[in-house]
Amino acid sequence: MNYSFQFREIWQNWPELLSGVLTTIELSALAMVIGLSIAVACAMFRRTSMQPLHWLTTGYVELIRNTPLLVQGFLIFFGLPWLGLHLKPDVAALIALSLNVGAYTTEIVRAGLDSVSRGQIEAGQALGLTRWQIFLKVELFQALAAVFPAISSQFILLLLASSLMSTIGSTELTGAANDIQSRFFRSFEVYIVATMLYFVMALGFSAIFALIERYLFQARRLSRGAS
Amino acid sequence: MRSFEWLDFVSLALAIRWTILLSVIGMAGGAALGLCIALGRTAKNGILRTLCTLYIRIFQSTPLLMQLFLVYFGISIFGVSVDPLAAASISLVLNAAAFLGDIWRGCIESVPRGQGEAAQALALKSWQRVTLVILPQAFNIAIPPTVVYIVQLIKNTSLASIIGFVELTRTGQIINNATFQPFLVFSLVAAFYFALCWPISWSSKKLERRVARR
Repeated sequence: MNYSFQFREIWQNWPELLSGVLTTIELSALAMVIGLSIAVACAMFRRTSMQPLHWLTTGYVELIRNTPLLVQGFLIFFGLPWLGLHLKPDVAALIALSLNVGAYTTEIVRAGLDSVSRGQIEAGQALGLTRWQIFLKVELFQALAAVFPAISSQFILLLLASSLMSTIGSTELTGAANDIQSRFFRSFEVYIVATMLYFVMALGFSAIFALIERYLFQARRLSRGAS
Repeated sequence: MRSFEWLDFVSLALAIRWTILLSVIGMAGGAALGLCIALGRTAKNGILRTLCTLYIRIFQSTPLLMQLFLVYFGISIFGVSVDPLAAASISLVLNAAAFLGDIWRGCIESVPRGQGEAAQALALKSWQRVTLVILPQAFNIAIPPTVVYIVQLIKNTSLASIIGFVELTRTGQIINNATFQPFLVFSLVAAFYFALCWPISWSSKKLERRVARR
């Protein structure tokens, strides 16, 4: 092995990598919020008595879960313009990631809702809460508290999967790394730095999720246990 | 530019065999290495446990695409020309080992402690305790989540297209470049993946229900 590692070009292009990091965080965070909203909506649709809504959500979840994100990205970025809808790479990436994480999270939220016991709903009715209040404050809150660990690991997977969006021209971290790679041919060096940055981001997001769990869900659970 | 022909459909269908090949390699290698990781992760030896925890942590906290690039460009550092199939296989195996190792660790840990203690009381050697008592019981618990992971692995093989290995996704890209029918071509590609993955997802749900009933 007579290869000399050179990181100079990578440090010189540090701002490009850093802006890639920011785009990755932005894309992932937005996709998490939109995905969770999709998931809650779909889980609600599944509880209604309208059959077409059941079929629609089941179809959506099964289609997304059984095809690769990469192909979903291609369909949205290359396929939709063919139907007359032109999207910027980052917008297409956000749509692909949101739809993808939404489907996985739907299943998780549904499992959470199933785990809320009937007595809780009856207690809500006894307190004279409206159906909407019961869903929001009793069912959904407890469901999310129960499945939050599963949701957060799904979100970490989303953060890592966002690297695939470089293939449709998004300028997130992998896209930035690819660009530096193509100009300086320091492939291994640039990708090892990018990998470390992803690792740090994954740790950072995990820490944030742990904080959310602790202050939003666990604190209430404990106070409930104490009273 | 030419139109999408019947032959394109056939070559897409035939490309599935490369996707299946990659999945089988990833699953076989990942299962072998993953079992070692799971056993190391649950071993008594502290150093071994830390190493396996670290392995799982690193591979689960970095993108598969980066792992693929590092293997692909890492091999060429040694002056060896890189075969995309080899690079894709290696990175899929390493990645699958981390995920399967973590899944199976949970299954091994869910075998009641008393089982291991009973084996010790019967004076079984530690390898006998693992192979005759722990693993057979962990096996049943492990089947449903492992089947779910197989679907994940099949979808992950699509990343091999990025380093130029011609499997289902790459074939779709090539055909799209010639015909410029992205919506049709990638819908077909997605449909082929769906046909491959959905039966497995469906059977995993059945399995889960069967295990839950026991």
